[in-house]
Formats: sequence, structure tokens, C-alpha cells
Amino acid sequence: MAERVHKQTPASERRSDADTENVAVPVTETGEKLKAELDDLLDEIDEVLETNAEDFVKSYIQKGGE
Amino acid sequence: MAIPKVVGIETEYGILVKGGESNPVLASSVLINAYVAATSPRIGWDFDDERPGSDARGFTLDGGPDVEMHLVNSVLTNGARYYVDHAHPEISTPECRGIREAVVYDRAAEEIVRCSMEYSRSVLADDVELLLYKNNSDGKGNSYGCHENYLIDRGVPFGRLVADITPHFVTRQIFTGAGKVGSEEPGTSVSDVPFQISQRADFFEEEVGLETTLKRPIVNTRDEPHCDPVKYRRLHVIVGDANMSEVATYLKLGTTAIVLTMIEDDTFPNDLALANPVPAIRIVSHDPSLTRTIGLRDGRRMTALEVQWSILEAARRHQKRRGFASVEDADDVLNRWEQVLAGLASDRSTVADVVDWVAKERVVRAYAERHSIEGYDVRLKALDLQYHDMRPEKCIASRLGLRTIAGADEVRRAMTEPPHSTRAYFRGRLLAKWPESVVAANWDSVVLDVGRDPLRRVPMMEPLRGTRELVGSLIDSSDSVVELVTRLGATPEM
Repeated sequence: MAERVHKQTPASERRSDADTENVAVPVTETGEKLKAELDDLLDEIDEVLETNAEDFVKSYIQKGGE
Repeated sequence: MAIPKVVGIETEYGILVKGGESNPVLASSVLINAYVAATSPRIGWDFDDERPGSDARGFTLDGGPDVEMHLVNSVLTNGARYYVDHAHPEISTPECRGIREAVVYDRAAEEIVRCSMEYSRSVLADDVELLLYKNNSDGKGNSYGCHENYLIDRGVPFGRLVADITPHFVTRQIFTGAGKVGSEEPGTSVSDVPFQISQRADFFEEEVGLETTLKRPIVNTRDEPHCDPVKYRRLHVIVGDANMSEVATYLKLGTTAIVLTMIEDDTFPNDLALANPVPAIRIVSHDPSLTRTIGLRDGRRMTALEVQWSILEAARRHQKRRGFASVEDADDVLNRWEQVLAGLASDRSTVADVVDWVAKERVVRAYAERHSIEGYDVRLKALDLQYHDMRPEKCIASRLGLRTIAGADEVRRAMTEPPHSTRAYFRGRLLAKWPESVVAANWDSVVLDVGRDPLRRVPMMEPLRGTRELVGSLIDSSDSVVELVTRLGATPEM
């Protein structure tokens, strides 16, 4: 089990791995599909996100609870 | 010997008044009253049992936290409690015997909140709207809780319980954390901590204690069992985040119930005690790379992932030798626990559909990239807050393909019907069948108006009595609450 942990690579390294060549074709396709999905999602989020982020975040004040 | 794990979740929701005066106490009351008026006759909560100042370490605090008796407080036919706590609407799920079942009731609570928002529109001016958020911080240093409750054996020495559960509470956030843009730890800023794993980690200042609003402790000692105090303890857990991911809620409850079983059976490894749990909980939260180590009391250093693997390995050994009869769904929880740790250790993106902070970090990063945002921008914080927005048309979390485990039909049913396997069944069914006769209810009793006689309090000191199996046909076949009470008197099994 511990071995699995040690094999872990930091997120930043993994990302650059995926971006560079040496990736099999199906993986690239999956990657592109994911990217397309993420693009669609970001389009949607641009529409859904509160229009005035500054005011929204400023007005989001809560009292401590519990 | 471990006892059956009865579990429940209490969630305080963040509340905003859009287009109106910001009075969160009033707004919370309007919200809950709107729901109660639209769905059921109002049944009051009975405060006889509330002792939040009572401490598990064996003393009672003078001037302990007050129970706010004047605020709206209702019991629902699904056995839940819906009330105003401080300045937030809060729902406590009914007591559940199953881990998956508890997730269904937490989801039902979300739907109750959504309905409440809808119903409240009819009593508010046209341009006023109540907005609810299932999160735990406003990003300005104010936090509100999502508490878990677990039934445990009173015989377990409290000191050992604290020592053993702490490493799990400090490290489980790697899969239960809801994620947060920035930091609210005094002295740090968003440039030090652009994104962190947990909503709550910044607010913990003590290892163990009674408080929940100031100097919050990792292990809370509130000793209000709400059941037979000689046999049971209710562990009140305040260290967790509210989750949007159903699987994260499931893992949060399931892994903790498994760890508590190991503590009861004394099979939890004794070499995982942390040197400094309070700084450790922030070190883990502030490190989404999951590479920083925390110090153990024996001098070793481990990552949060390594601590979690060690706990899981011990749980697997326990499973092989004695099984986990005390935790419903334990085998499935163990499998999913292993999957999530493996995913976090190898390819993070494989758990973006179950771990809230991973899902949130991914979308925050992608959004920043698209809009060429370098460092902090207020839009990223807006995205963070809106991840938890309870309006379906505004919620970000529900757009990210998070995996579900509760079916839509069972969630709908759970909004009005109680679980079958705990005393919540008795409470909920009585409210549904004879609302006019239930004068008050709380976790461990129901007060009934039986006509000319004095009010009758029916104690429910055993969380696993009052189930459908034990009282279902009795309730179904009684024509009046008087008949029920008479027949109950002749039924020692209840």
C-alpha cells in the first residue's frame, strides 16, 4: 500500500505529462472529449455565474453559527 | 463489542436576502415557517432534553451554550428537526441505521430547503428572494457547521476515543473536504493559500473541548446522548465540511463509523497519534498537492494519504477477522474508500466525480485559464460560493457530473417518510397520522395529548426501538392515539 503512495506525482508534473506527446491516441481522444466537455461547462458557467461577482462576494456575509 | 452505528447529520445553511434587508434570523424563520405552513401542522420541539453545556469529560459548564428557545423549531413527518440555530436555518436528519440511508436523508434535507425557498416566495415581496448555500464559511472568517452524530458505547474510555479518532479527523478531509478559494486562518492570505481542501480547517484551535462557536475543537465533547445515558454516548462531530457530493457524504459517515467500531473493539492502530493535531489539520488542508507531511507522536512524519492508507489497512484487517456488523454498508464503504485513496494517489482527475474539493479546484482552475486570470480574482471566490448555491439554476456543483447514490424517488419519499429502522419511524409516523395529538417531540420522547387525561410522555431511550418492525402494525391498526397509548403500555418491546 505504502508503495502506491510513494508513486504519487505532484499535480503540476502530471499535468505537463499529459500535455506533452508520448500519449497514446485513444487517450488523446478522451482528453479532447474531456476538454470539449469542460469548454461546454465553462460556457454554461459564464452564463450562470452571478453577473456582478464583486458585489456578490462582498454581500456574502454570514454570522458564525453552531 | 461494537454497537450498531446509528448516524445523523445536522447542516446549517448559509442564507442571503436578495433584494431585502439582511436579517438572517428573521429570514431563516420565514423560510422554515413557509415550509411548515405549506406541508404540515406545526409541532413544537420539546426542550426538556437539551443540555448542550454538559461535557463528556464529566462536568457541566456554567454559562454553556444557550438553547434558543424562542426561535422557530419544527419536527417533520420524516423524523427530522427543522429549526433556526443562531442565524442560520438548520436541518437535522432523522436517526439512520444505514450509511446510504443517511445520505438519502441529507439529500432530502437539501430538497426540503429548495422547496422552502420556493414556498417563501409567496410570503415575500416580488423582488425579495431567500438564497441558501450548503457551505461552511463566508470567506470573511465566519463559519457555520455541518455536524455528524454517531451512537457509540458509553464503555469506551473517552481519552482513548479522542486519541484514536483525531488522526482520522485530521486526514479524512482529503476526500471529505469541500474545497475553498483562499484562507481564513489569521495571518494568511489568498496569496499564501490560493486554494485549500477544507472549508472548516481554518477555524479549529483546540484538540478537544466543549465549544462549537469559539475556539472550536477537533473533538467536541458535548455530552447529550439523547438516549440511554448509561449505555450510550452520542459522538458529536463538528470538524467536517458540508458536502455537495453524495459519495463524499457517504464516505465521511461510513469511514468514521468504521473507525469508531475499531475504537470500540480496540483494534485501531495505536501508533498513529499526531504530535500537533491543530497545526496538522491546516497543513493538510492548505496542501492540495497532498505531499506535505505531518508529525506523529513517535517521531515519524507521514502524508495525510499515508495516514489514511494505514487506517484503511487496519480496517481491512478488522474486516477479515471480525467483520463490521455494526456498520450497514461497511463492505461497500471500504471498497469506495480504497478507490478514492488510490485515485488521489495516482490520477486526481479520476476522483473529480466524487471528491468535492477536486471537482471545485478543477473548475476554478479551468475558469481562471479561460479568462486569463493570474493569481486571485474575485470571480474565483464567486465561483467557490456558487458551487454550493441551492438554486438548481445557479448551482455549480450540480453541473460537474458528481456521482450520485440516492435515487430521485427515494429522496422524494424521504422528504415526508421516516427511516424504518430507528425510533425516527415512531416519531415520524405519529406526526403523520395524529398531528393534532402530538403536542411536542424531541429525539428521545414524544408528548401526546390523550384527551381528558394529563399529557403523556412516551420515552424513546433506545434509538433502535420504535422501528417499523416493532411498532409499524401497532400504529397502522390503532384508530386513535388513545388506543395506541393503551396498546403501547402492554408492549414492553417498544
